This record gives sequence, structure tokens and C-alpha cells, in this order.
Amino acid sequence: MRIKPRIEQKIAQSVLMFFTFIAVLVLVFILAVILKNGLPQLSLEFLSRNPADMGREGGILSTIVATIYLTIIALLVATPLGVGTAIYLTEYTVENRITRIIRFGAECLAGIPSIIFGLFGFILFVNRLKFGWSILSGGLTLAFMVLPTIIRTSEEAIKAVPASYRLVSFSLGSTRWQTVTKVVLPSAIPGIITGIILSIGRSIGETAAVIFTAGSALRMPTSLFSSSRSMAVHFYILAREGISMSKAYGTAAVLVIAILIVNLITYYLMERYIKHRS
Amino acid sequence: MIGTVKNIIEVKNLYVYYAKFQALKGINLNIQANCISALIGPSGCGKSTFLRALNRMNDLIEGARTEGQVYFDGKNIYHPDTDLLTLRRRVGMVFQRPNPFPLSIEDNVTYGLKVHGLTARNFLEERLYRSLQAVNLWEELKDRLDENALKLTGEQQQRLCIARLLALEPEVVLMDEPCSALDPMATGRIEDLMYELKKDYTIVIVTHNMQQAARVSDYTGYFLLGDLVEFGETNQIFTSPQDKRTEDYITGRFG
Repeated sequence: MRIKPRIEQKIAQSVLMFFTFIAVLVLVFILAVILKNGLPQLSLEFLSRNPADMGREGGILSTIVATIYLTIIALLVATPLGVGTAIYLTEYTVENRITRIIRFGAECLAGIPSIIFGLFGFILFVNRLKFGWSILSGGLTLAFMVLPTIIRTSEEAIKAVPASYRLVSFSLGSTRWQTVTKVVLPSAIPGIITGIILSIGRSIGETAAVIFTAGSALRMPTSLFSSSRSMAVHFYILAREGISMSKAYGTAAVLVIAILIVNLITYYLMERYIKHRS
Repeated sequence: MIGTVKNIIEVKNLYVYYAKFQALKGINLNIQANCISALIGPSGCGKSTFLRALNRMNDLIEGARTEGQVYFDGKNIYHPDTDLLTLRRRVGMVFQRPNPFPLSIEDNVTYGLKVHGLTARNFLEERLYRSLQAVNLWEELKDRLDENALKLTGEQQQRLCIARLLALEPEVVLMDEPCSALDPMATGRIEDLMYELKKDYTIVIVTHNMQQAARVSDYTGYFLLGDLVEFGETNQIFTSPQDKRTEDYITGRFG
């Protein structure tokens, strides 16, 4: 029996709507649980005091600071490396076997579980290079973890810049570098920023790669070589070892809100940037 | 038609290949200074390839290979010592579709100057004024210089692209079907502009539109399958072509 196209279309629309509803429902449920349990824990004291008694008492200030340091180091390292690689692959090479291998490698890297990056960071930075459990080891490990994302999104953004811009730029006697910096990158910035935001989110929320490399000390980090505990690791330890579920939820709420704020601010800035240019 | 004949470009035995495909088969042609030379011919005949060979834009196409010589101002631009950046400043190009950068009107015009290291404020302002004046955009746009160029109409954009080129004060302006994205009224006005510009510039234009070639050019060349079939004064090409193939094309029996 054939279903009439009109009816078929109605069914498809309903089913797709249902799928969307489920997807959104899951998201709302997660947010609701975390915020319901976490928001009551939040207070100025929770944000402005260091953890005490293994995290049973006090706040989470040192873990917030550690998370910020780790993320900043990760991005300071990964952004130039990633964007630079993307520029080189798209603007300075022609598509051939070697660029395809590099791209394939970057994609494989993106699929590797973060705990493997943790192990790699532990072996290379903590042991081999003797950085110990530290902000530096953790930040560098995170940098390599988010590198494929930044390469990939930057590459897509750069490829999306119309070829005519480059052609005109060359026809006016610009060098390739001038073309990249004055024409290609300004047009690709929104896409590149998207990759960086994704990376900030992943760095803030990462546990496995950091626990092996930055350690889990509760002290306020004072230098690049301080061992320290990020918010996500703090949450994991509080919950895993049953130290304090309420503090764990409070930490989770701060994590979620932090990621939300980062996204909102960046999208706002990007909106303004795009408006300014078109 | 012009008192002192000066060949600003002399092309000798020019061959261009795209991988194995032979796009130009030994072209010999002289371009006279301060004239408009039109290149006509069916699609794929090599006229755009020829145009791009004159400022080495074919270099940017993967797999393109050029043989032969193109003398510009007495020097072979295919000599290894050629400075491409200077060459392209002196021999500029206007493209088929208006393609301003997504920058302000002012930044579009001054782009070329800045990449060539010319950044003095007064100098940029003066060139901005002169270039926009030359393409008859100054009066329209003088109060909107910081607006994004993408907001302009198609015709204004194409004029702006010409102004962006003129800011560099090139000697030769290569135009690759510059009116194909414009309506007939706008096309007419751009043609008037070309006519004004030839006082100061040498123009080579590729066009699909034979009436356009007949209207604006002093010389016309007919390309077919990578060969230059005939090149001569426009009047002569359109009234008494020497080659049967040219005659067939311009009378509409072919093409």
C-alpha cells in the first residue's frame, strides 16, 4: 500500500518534531537537575573561599582559579598552533597526499579519548620533561587535546572565504601573507572563534586529561608549576569519594554557568563583529 | 589612428597549458598604449587565459604552464627576475563579477596602496578622492566612505572595483567581461567610463558581447580554440574581416 505524499509528509513532520522534543527535553532535564541541586549551594562565600577539609567545607575559589589558568594556557598554546596549521594547509599547500595524511591524522587525534591525552601528558610533561603535576603540564595536555578541533574549525572557516577575495588581493600585487592577514583571516574570524569557544568549553569541563597532569591539590596555584585541581576534577573527586554531594552540585552549577557565560559573551561579540563588517 | 604608435605590450609565441590541455597555441599580438583592445570569441576559446597571461594571474592556477614571451614596457614578464608584485601593480585587473572586499568603501580603495607600503594619511586621502572621482562615484559616496562596500549596488560595486585598481595608478587595465553581471543601462555607463579612462590608461577587455567590442574598442582580436584568428582595427574587423572564421562569428553564423 502506498501512503499519500501529503500524509507521509505529516507523519514525517510529527516524528521529527518528536525527536527534537526528546533532544531538548534531555538537555533541559540535565540543566534542571544540576541547577536545582546546585543553585542553593551558591553564595559569595562558596565562590570566594578555598575548599577546606578536603572540600567538605568552604568554597571552590582555588579550583576556579586553577580552571581559568589551565584554560588560558591551553588556548595560548593551541590557538596559534591550530590556526597556523590551518592557514598553512589551506593557503600554502595544494591538496595532495601529504596534506590528506595530515588532515586524517588531525581527525584521528580528535577522536582519541581524553584519558589517552591524560596518559600522554603524564608521560611527556609530568615525567619526561619533569614539569611534575602542574598547571603547565595540564594546560599543555589540554592544548593538544583541543588542537584538532581548532585546526578543523579554522580550516573550514578559511575555506569558506570566497576565492574571489584572494584573487583580487593578488591581482593588486599583494603577497600571500598580506592576503591572509588582511583579507582571509578577517573574514574567517567568526568561524575560528567558534572553534575556540568549543575548545574553551571542552577545557573547562575536562576531567580525565587534567587529573593525570595537573594533579588534584586543593591549594591556590601560585605558579605554572603548582599542582592544582580544576573544577571538573574537584566535582569528580567530591562525588566519587562521597565527600560532599551538595558541594559537588554547587561546583557543577558553577561549571555550567561559566560555560554558558563564555558562550553568551562570545556570541555577543561575534554578532557585533559580523554586523560591523556587512 | 593615434599619432605616435607605442606598443606597451608585445606578446610573442605565447603558449599556455592547463595540465595537458593546450589553451593558447602560439599567440602573437601587440597592444597599443592608450587604446582599448577588445578580445572576442566563443566560450573556452582562450581569451580570458590570454588576459590573465598579461599580468601572470595564470600562475595562481594549479597545473597552468606558460611558454613564450610577453614584453611589457620592453621587459619580458616571464623572465625569472620579474617582480610579480610590481607587475600586478602596473598591470591591474577588473573581474567579471563585482568583488569588493567586505570592508568600508574607503578601505577598499586604499587596500592596494597599503599593501604596497603607501600609508601616509594625506596621500591615501588624495588617491581616494582621485580614484572615486575617476569612476564618477565621489559625489554619490563622499558622505558614506565608512560604509561597507557590500551595501552598494552592483554597478557601484563594479565602479568601486575599478577605483580600487586606479588608486594604484596602473599603466594597463585588464577587464574580464566587466559588464556581464550588470544591466544594459549600467553597462552603457561603464562603457562610457572606459572611454574616459583610455586617456590615461591602456585597456584590454575580454567580452562576450560583440556590440560592446564594436562600441568601445579601437582594436579587436578574435580568438578561436586557442588561436588568435585575426587582430586589427575594430572598424576593419567588423566591416571587412580578412578571415572567413571571423566573418562567420561576427555575422552570427557561428558562436
